Amino acid sequence: MNLKKIREFIIERLIFLGGMASIIFVILIFAFLLKEGLPFFRIYPLKDFLGGRFWYPISEPVQFGIKPLILGSLIVTGGAILIVVPLGLATAIFIAEIARGKTKEILKCSIEFLETTPSVVIGFIGLVVLAPFIRKVFSLPTGLTALCGSIMLAIMSTPTVVSIMEDAITAVPKVYKEAALAIGATHWQTIWRVILPAASSGIMAAVMLGIGRCIGETMVVLMVTGNAAVIPKTLLQPVRTLTATIASEMGEVVQGSEHYFALFALGIILFSLSFIVNLIADFFIHKGVK
Amino acid sequence: MGKIIAKNLDFYYKDFQALKNINLEISEKKITAIIGPSGCGKSTLLRCFNRMNDLIEGIRLEGEILIDGVNIYRDDSDLLFLRKKVGMVFQRPNPFALSIYENIAFGLKIHNMAKRKEIPKIVEDCLNSVHLLDEVRDRLNTSALKLSLEQKQRLCIARTLAVKPEVILMDEPCSALDPLATLKIEELMQELRKDYTIVIVTHNMQQAARVSDETGFMLLGELVEFGKTQDIFTRPGDKRTEDYITGRFG
Ligand SMILES: Nc1ncnc2c1ncn2[C@@H]1O[C@H](COP(=O)(O)OP(=O)(O)OP(=O)(O)O)[C@@H](O)[C@H]1O
Ligand SMILES: [Mg+2]
Repeated sequence: MNLKKIREFIIERLIFLGGMASIIFVILIFAFLLKEGLPFFRIYPLKDFLGGRFWYPISEPVQFGIKPLILGSLIVTGGAILIVVPLGLATAIFIAEIARGKTKEILKCSIEFLETTPSVVIGFIGLVVLAPFIRKVFSLPTGLTALCGSIMLAIMSTPTVVSIMEDAITAVPKVYKEAALAIGATHWQTIWRVILPAASSGIMAAVMLGIGRCIGETMVVLMVTGNAAVIPKTLLQPVRTLTATIASEMGEVVQGSEHYFALFALGIILFSLSFIVNLIADFFIHKGVK
Repeated sequence: MGKIIAKNLDFYYKDFQALKNINLEISEKKITAIIGPSGCGKSTLLRCFNRMNDLIEGIRLEGEILIDGVNIYRDDSDLLFLRKKVGMVFQRPNPFALSIYENIAFGLKIHNMAKRKEIPKIVEDCLNSVHLLDEVRDRLNTSALKLSLEQKQRLCIARTLAVKPEVILMDEPCSALDPLATLKIEELMQELRKDYTIVIVTHNMQQAARVSDETGFMLLGELVEFGKTQDIFTRPGDKRTEDYITGRFG
């Protein structure tokens, strides 16, 4: 009896610790970022950091303006979302409402397969297939552009977006559908006017998580966006994202240098961005539950 | 001639026969109650009248159902038109996750029944005919999911009325409601009876006795007895009906 209680107690504690661990990790990561990133602003004005138009970390004099990097991240992500949301929604509707039996299974399987495809493989395909194609179609000097990044990111975030949207659509109570059909609505009218509005908060959550996935993705954008740190005007020019900057420069930077701290400051920005995006996603998820 | 006529109706879920040789005639602008123990096929029968069973895979139906003399299971029958004409109210109130206004407007829009400008007026009329308008007039654009259960059920009835049906099928419309709310819905049914043919499935024999003009008693997929409610409840013709209404089984 007593032994049982003790065992119970220990198990409970372990589970609690497991749960706490993830929170602690997040806090530790953020604390580490702050510790390494904040000193940067003692030597470099925040205003120039946020508002500067040039990222010249190793020229003389150095400039650490992150505007091109933030805009690079935003344009690539924005393009990806414009592609993945309509396509993902269509796919999710098809899987949840229309496909039956084998078709449904195969579709779900291939989306899961896409989920597990390493991003370096997706980047590689973008590099050797899509980039040359874009270069030819738009007759550009290089196909490594924001557009190329957007398309590959759209492909990469499809599984996340589709599976969450599909869950949201499937979770809509069947009685709504019955009620709509019983008034004489067609299947499509039912989907469009009843099921999607009922699933809207889940769908918004999927969009936000898709955005989070795109902002944070590194390997694909590093490989296919051309990495030119200039303020982008169109989707058809090379850009450089926050993530690609950190990944490509962290290897060569001298530890403790101004540049080193600048990269951590970038990390803070990136972390905050994805944190906010996830927070919004969470808001939609909880709104749906209520 | 009856509004709805079933002739030699057999219904199967895959191999399971849920309805056995049903013959009945439901009169126009009357309330017809279908009673019987759980699992006897009441809902199945009701859902044959607006072909909601079509949604289930592996069903099979033999025999005929005529509404206004036309077999609704004919190959060329218009399913959407049928469901507009034969509305349904469900056991659990199921308003859409839309505003009160949109719940009613839904049917008008999908059937293109009204010009845009006319819709608000029709919505109000529908809400009024179920006595909901005064309770919700100032919050037509808030979510219908915030209403009480009874209000939701009345909204669902109003939603059905909006598309101008001729028949209203009700599958245990009060079983989720408390006695007072039940009474209100029953009063509403009495008012609707003037203009609509109503078929109600109910577990509650008192309810059948209170509201209906005619009653059918079902048992194990068969329609045991069908006739004037008064007759069924005072001098049932079948021993099994008598046992059921006197509470000896079921
Ligand atoms: N989708 C289905 N697939 C297979 N069998 C079904 C299905 N729906 C109902 N049945 C069976 O058909 C029979 C009649 O069911 P039905 O729902 O019509 O009964 P009911 O009289 O409405 O019962 P209740 O009073 O519990 O609602 C039951 O035996 C039930 O198990
Ligand atoms: Mg039933």
